[in-house]
Amino acid sequence: MKKGKASIEFRKKPRILGASSVVGSKEGEGPLGKLFDQVEQDDKFGKKTWEEAESELQKRAAELVIQKAAVAKPSIRYLFAGDLLGQDIATSFGLLDMNIPLFGLYGACSTMGESLSLGSIVMSAGYADYVMCLTSSHFASAEKEFRYPLEYGNQRPACATWTVTGSGAVILGQEGGFAQIAGITTGKIIDYGVRDSQNMGAAMAPAAADTIAQNFKDFQVQPSEYDKIITGDLGKVGQRALLDLLMDQGYDIQKQHMDCGLEIYNMEVQNAEAGGSGCGCAAVTLCSYVLRMIQEKTWKKVLFVPTGALLSKTSFNEGQTIPGIAHAVIIEQVE
Amino acid sequence: MNTEQQKKIYQEYIKEVTPSHNIWLNMLKAFVVGGIVCLFGQVLMNWFLSMDIKKEDAGTWTSICLIGTSILLTGLHLFSPIARFAGAGVLVPITGFANSVAAPAIEYKKEGQVFGIGVNIFTISGPVILYGIFSSWLLGVLYYLLQMTGIMGGM
Repeated sequence: MKKGKASIEFRKKPRILGASSVVGSKEGEGPLGKLFDQVEQDDKFGKKTWEEAESELQKRAAELVIQKAAVAKPSIRYLFAGDLLGQDIATSFGLLDMNIPLFGLYGACSTMGESLSLGSIVMSAGYADYVMCLTSSHFASAEKEFRYPLEYGNQRPACATWTVTGSGAVILGQEGGFAQIAGITTGKIIDYGVRDSQNMGAAMAPAAADTIAQNFKDFQVQPSEYDKIITGDLGKVGQRALLDLLMDQGYDIQKQHMDCGLEIYNMEVQNAEAGGSGCGCAAVTLCSYVLRMIQEKTWKKVLFVPTGALLSKTSFNEGQTIPGIAHAVIIEQVE
Repeated sequence: MNTEQQKKIYQEYIKEVTPSHNIWLNMLKAFVVGGIVCLFGQVLMNWFLSMDIKKEDAGTWTSICLIGTSILLTGLHLFSPIARFAGAGVLVPITGFANSVAAPAIEYKKEGQVFGIGVNIFTISGPVILYGIFSSWLLGVLYYLLQMTGIMGGM
């Protein structure tokens, strides 16, 4: 059922049957370390290149979630997946052997929100019995794609974020499970003219604020409707900007807000500057910590809002600004 | 939608709330580590001189040793953490230049000798090389013209 301007409330709510998270060593040493399904010590995941390593991440997450959800692989009708690399190559090579029809997505670091949104629409419409939504990022492949070669010596500014090495996957089904997707709010491209590619939290905060405020308006609710409002990778600067932007619009989400980028690393000792980022940041935090809190009935209903910065090396060098996007997904306990 | 005014206010606001590293602390670290690099260079230089090598050649050997050390550290994954701490202290000396050539070579080796290393080895140092050569050419022309016009004495 359409809600307001940019939201959907699902009549038939897709169920989350299982979730998996595979991460690298740095994430494993972080505060959420014990909650991840797999922590790999080899940053190359037994592969030759960073890109292949990221593909391996997705492959492992996909295989693991099939096991955990106890669903037969052939019964999964669609994959909704994407990553940060040019032309989505981590996804293409990682999911090659899955043999499942794929919708390849690009939403920068908001991809987990985009894939869950599209997967839920297809599920709710009854066009599939099971779908899988997944995404990944790898620190080294992202550095290569967006910044410098890994061994190049440079100092990261205090507002820079650290790309998470990890992949998170979710299987949606029609029945069973412990959580369900009640609705979505789809974000639009928002550009407040931020140009500093090292300060992506600042670039994405307006998009997150816009989507969250839209969600409140469309569903006619207040922030207290949610036990948690979880953004993807705003980091320290972005979190502050988000809270202030929403306060200006009359919404105080200070009590509910949580940012995956601020949860995943131990900021004081892990050299992550302003926090974690990347598609994997929101995905693995959802698939480990967030869903566990819902399963344990600590949280009843959360708004999951992964955030993406829409830039490339080329657009940045050509002097373009950095627009942001954020997709909100309402996840709640099954009664 | 958002007016230009609002965007400007937001950008100003971001400037205000964005933290930055302590510049004095960074300068101190760069000074100390940069000093150590120079000291290391001087020790090498004196050592070469003590072996009765000509001063000019000793200087060349010192540079080669510093470049070699920097590349070795880059390959051992040690340069990047040192640079994170020391910043300009290791980036400004010849060690930084060596690292900026070695790092892309390591990263792009997997894409092949020609299209990988060949194309990408100067991605970071390219501007320094290009504009270094260009500005020395420019100064050369200027010097030549000044000599021609007799403003500066010829050789």
